[in-house]
Amino acid sequence: MFNIERWQEIFDTIRKNKLRTFLTGLSVASGIFILVILLGVGQGMQNGISQEFEGDASNSIWVWTRPTSVEYKGLNPGRFFSMTNEDFDFIHKTNEEVIEYESSRVRIWGAVISYKKESGNYRIEGIHPGFQFIENQSMVSGRFINQQDINEKNKIVAIGNKVKEALFKNDEDPLGKYIRLNDIPFKVVGVYTDKGGEREEEQVSVPSTTAQQVFNRGQTISNLSYTLKPEKDFETAVAKSEEFVATITSYLKNKHIIAPTDERAIGIGNSLEQAKRFYNLIFMIKAFFWWVGVCTIIAGVVGVSNIMLIIVKERTKEIGIRKAIGALPSSIIGMILHEAIFVTAIAGFTGLIFGLILLEVVGPMIETDFISSPSVNFNVAITTVFILIIAGAIAGFFPAWRAAKIKPIVALRDE
Amino acid sequence: MIEIKDLHKSYQMGSNSLHVLKGINFSVKEGELVAIMGSSGSGKSTLLNILGMLDEADSGSYFLDNLPIKNLNEKIAARYRNKFLGFIFQSFNLINYKNALDNVAMPLYYQGIKRKERTDKALHYLEKVGLADWATHLPNELSGGQKQRVAIARALASEPKVLLADEPTGALDTKTSYEVLELIQGINDEGKTILIVTHEEDIAHMTKRIVNLKDGIIINDGTVKQVRANSYV
Ligand SMILES: Nc1ncnc2c1ncn2[C@@H]1O[C@H](COP(=O)(O)OP(=O)(O)O)[C@@H](O)[C@H]1O
Ligand SMILES: [Mg+2]
Repeated sequence: MFNIERWQEIFDTIRKNKLRTFLTGLSVASGIFILVILLGVGQGMQNGISQEFEGDASNSIWVWTRPTSVEYKGLNPGRFFSMTNEDFDFIHKTNEEVIEYESSRVRIWGAVISYKKESGNYRIEGIHPGFQFIENQSMVSGRFINQQDINEKNKIVAIGNKVKEALFKNDEDPLGKYIRLNDIPFKVVGVYTDKGGEREEEQVSVPSTTAQQVFNRGQTISNLSYTLKPEKDFETAVAKSEEFVATITSYLKNKHIIAPTDERAIGIGNSLEQAKRFYNLIFMIKAFFWWVGVCTIIAGVVGVSNIMLIIVKERTKEIGIRKAIGALPSSIIGMILHEAIFVTAIAGFTGLIFGLILLEVVGPMIETDFISSPSVNFNVAITTVFILIIAGAIAGFFPAWRAAKIKPIVALRDE
Repeated sequence: MIEIKDLHKSYQMGSNSLHVLKGINFSVKEGELVAIMGSSGSGKSTLLNILGMLDEADSGSYFLDNLPIKNLNEKIAARYRNKFLGFIFQSFNLINYKNALDNVAMPLYYQGIKRKERTDKALHYLEKVGLADWATHLPNELSGGQKQRVAIARALASEPKVLLADEPTGALDTKTSYEVLELIQGINDEGKTILIVTHEEDIAHMTKRIVNLKDGIIINDGTVKQVRANSYV
């Protein structure tokens, strides 16, 4: 490798066979270039889809109840039951380390809500402070329900932006005003918007405890909502959420005397399950790009070996001459391989650099819903370059070895 | 210098075997200038290639400078070729992308000589064949005679013990042939052993000894009175 004489000989050969060198280089460089771009776009798609998905709190879980469907311990199927504050508190206590936000939900459908002369039918949600984060609601003005409101069963309300627009005309500030929910006055403390859309703003939120008391719901709740703490990777997150769902399901079934085999009674929505489908999609996209990339590399290797074959064929006579004047077989192999590796390496890195520059320059300009900051793992790219070099060398070795083995007299006869 | 006894060689062509050399006995002393003659297909090139270790005999013995040439591995054959032998071919066999100087310097590269010394030496031999001014020209910029002289300079550069020339004038016109022969005679005058394969009578008579080959055996071997090539000019 560090034989200066050999290097000079290689440079001479390359300088005087520019077209051949250029063609070899071009096939290698474009292979690597395409690979880098593909990997970059694949990564970009992953970034893009992940970002789309991060809009929602993606690890949320909802629990609701339906009539039972299996007879159990003398209880007939079709029985209605409700979750209670006790369930909420128990789940809170026993799963504190995995829960990020939590809220019970007491829902009153189609309540009449009025202010002065304006009125309309809206949904009332009796909730906990965590609900704001679970639903991704953000305050336009004022504040959301807090724990103190829950404890003191305050008759206060945070209203959705749509409700505000419908009830408060002429830009009247709703904060501190009293509105009537089914004829019971509540003081407005805040206005929120919901990224989920307008429908989610056609509702008002009150403390769950207040809702139970004021609307005669006793201790019952209609829904439980949770988000779980983020985990270091997606797989753990899915595992944790499945474990959490399993724990609370078995707790609830036990508590409310429901058959373990009853699949209907407890409804569970798990957004991570959906997320998992998305991640699988991303995985498939990436796998596809890798596959295309690997094919590109294989095509590159085949290209390099073809060129090597042609080069060796074309140089058969030269090899014969060199042998006639005293070249060792090993020096023939060395010469051909050295040149091949040198050209492949230079071309490979050129393709790599051009690919990286293109991603670097054009990448930030591409910001669509599905592609975002395409980039490529440098180590992966470098590794492919080396794979290509090694594969090219191996591919080139056999023709070179064969050429070196040909009797000089046979090689000299070649025209 | 060269000592061969009962040399046989046949070519295998499918199931047929062509017996080309059928027991050659022949020796060459240092400083000789020998012509190997014979009609086309008589086995001249085959004999010369065996002498040059480009090919191997089937049986018989061959000593070059008292070294037995038998079952040599590639590495040793390469070293012997480089050290003992210089080749001159009918079709010159120059490397077409290397200029005259680099072609001449090539055997020196395989002797492991450094670039500077290679260049000096190669230039010296180019001068000797009268082509110092053409050092940087590529083979396709040279005439046939000039190419053959570059090839001779290359054969001389490694300072071999024996020069082997296979129809060195075969591709040249008469005038150029005589110029090349004049050069070869000069080199022989300095003491180099040279074997020339030819089928041209006038060329053969410019050597000092003619070996006649027919149907794979030597039918005639005798010294001749050398005709100096420059006497024709
Ligand atoms: N590689 C080969 N394979 C088969 N036959 C060959 C080969 N080389 C030469 N011959 C045959 O051997 C005979 C002698 O060839 P050669 O030594 O080249 O003769 P010359 O040089 O005297 O014309 C010819 O008949 C030729 O066809
Ligand atoms: Mg011949």
